[in-house]
Amino acid sequence: MSTRHILLGLLASGPSHGYDLKRRHDERFPQARPLAYGQVYTTLQRLVRDGLAEVDGTASDGGPERTAYRPTEAGARELARWAGEIAPPAPFVTNEIFTKVVVSILTGGDAGTYLLAQRTAHMERMRELTAVKTAPGTDLTTVLSADYALNHLDADLRWMATTAARLTTLTAEVRTA
Amino acid sequence: MTNGDTTGNAAQPLLASRGLVKAHGRTEALRGASVELRAGEILAVTGASGSGKSTLLHCLAGIVRPDAGSVTYAGRRLEELPEKRLSELRRTDFGVVFQFGQLIPELTALDNVALPLMLAGAGRVEARARAGEWLERFGVRGQEELRPGAMSGGQAQRASLARALVTGPKVVFADEPTGALDSLSAEQVMTALAHTARESGTAVLLVTHDAQVAAYADREVRLRDGAVAPLGVTA
Repeated sequence: MSTRHILLGLLASGPSHGYDLKRRHDERFPQARPLAYGQVYTTLQRLVRDGLAEVDGTASDGGPERTAYRPTEAGARELARWAGEIAPPAPFVTNEIFTKVVVSILTGGDAGTYLLAQRTAHMERMRELTAVKTAPGTDLTTVLSADYALNHLDADLRWMATTAARLTTLTAEVRTA
Repeated sequence: MTNGDTTGNAAQPLLASRGLVKAHGRTEALRGASVELRAGEILAVTGASGSGKSTLLHCLAGIVRPDAGSVTYAGRRLEELPEKRLSELRRTDFGVVFQFGQLIPELTALDNVALPLMLAGAGRVEARARAGEWLERFGVRGQEELRPGAMSGGQAQRASLARALVTGPKVVFADEPTGALDSLSAEQVMTALAHTARESGTAVLLVTHDAQVAAYADREVRLRDGAVAPLGVTA
């Protein structure tokens, strides 16, 4: 999963420091492994190095000094590019699709359009797998493997259909959270 | 990238609808659906329950007349054909497979498949011989003399396919043909349908809510609220 894009997505709603980003990440993506502080700071430094984020200011609020970051324009463009980019239709891509949808909603992106395009990519892959599976003389291992992939892609599709239908409510919920 | 019923293809579509509208009572099942089916193509029509898939199939197959819009088959406007010509066209050029129940329960599998040939003028012996070949093609062996009620769902559905294809139609309309089957029977039915259609150059309009069934098609059109929805662009 792309930690840098998730952090860019979290920064899109306003400047934030590392501790806050880690906390919001872990809340927002409870199924994902919690981010380590070290990973957050390293990723932020790399975002700055690559011109995708910049320092917004430092504050201590009576405690240790904290540096807040904000995305640059290049960072916003990179985030939009990533959020609309189709994940390779393979089993177990759901987590990536889920992450893209949540980040899109957080940043006012077009999750509906992304889901439609991802659905089309999934259907194309399913047509390829079906052709492989039903070709005369296909061996059993290939058939079983195609079945496995087809059933997982089908599960993704059902989740995407439900999510597309829920988008209106979901958007309101995520934005007010 | 395909995007629903994109037009502009060099090949003239075999069957096309333009702006179909059809209401059942106060419910509008179709609200301007336009689709195209090319010769020899397998087209999946997908969409949620109530999106208008079956009504679209009924209009395209000339079973139901739309309230507005047109259906053109091989250059002929179906709505302009008198009922007699339309039913003749359905018998000679179209084959239909529904989810279940279309085999005549009193007849054996063999006689069910032979019936369309006999209606088209073939003698009983010849019709039964050809029906037997088609049943074998669809893997219905040793059950030719069984009545539909004594067959498994998958076997009965394969007999239905044989019946839909035995007259050599140009288009087969299949409405949820695997809806009542377990996944392996569904796979056998769909494989038989897709292979036979591709081999004989028969176009298939396949209505399904199941993505794994739609994946047997060459192309997909999605309906939403009685009209064609965009599919999304991947490149």
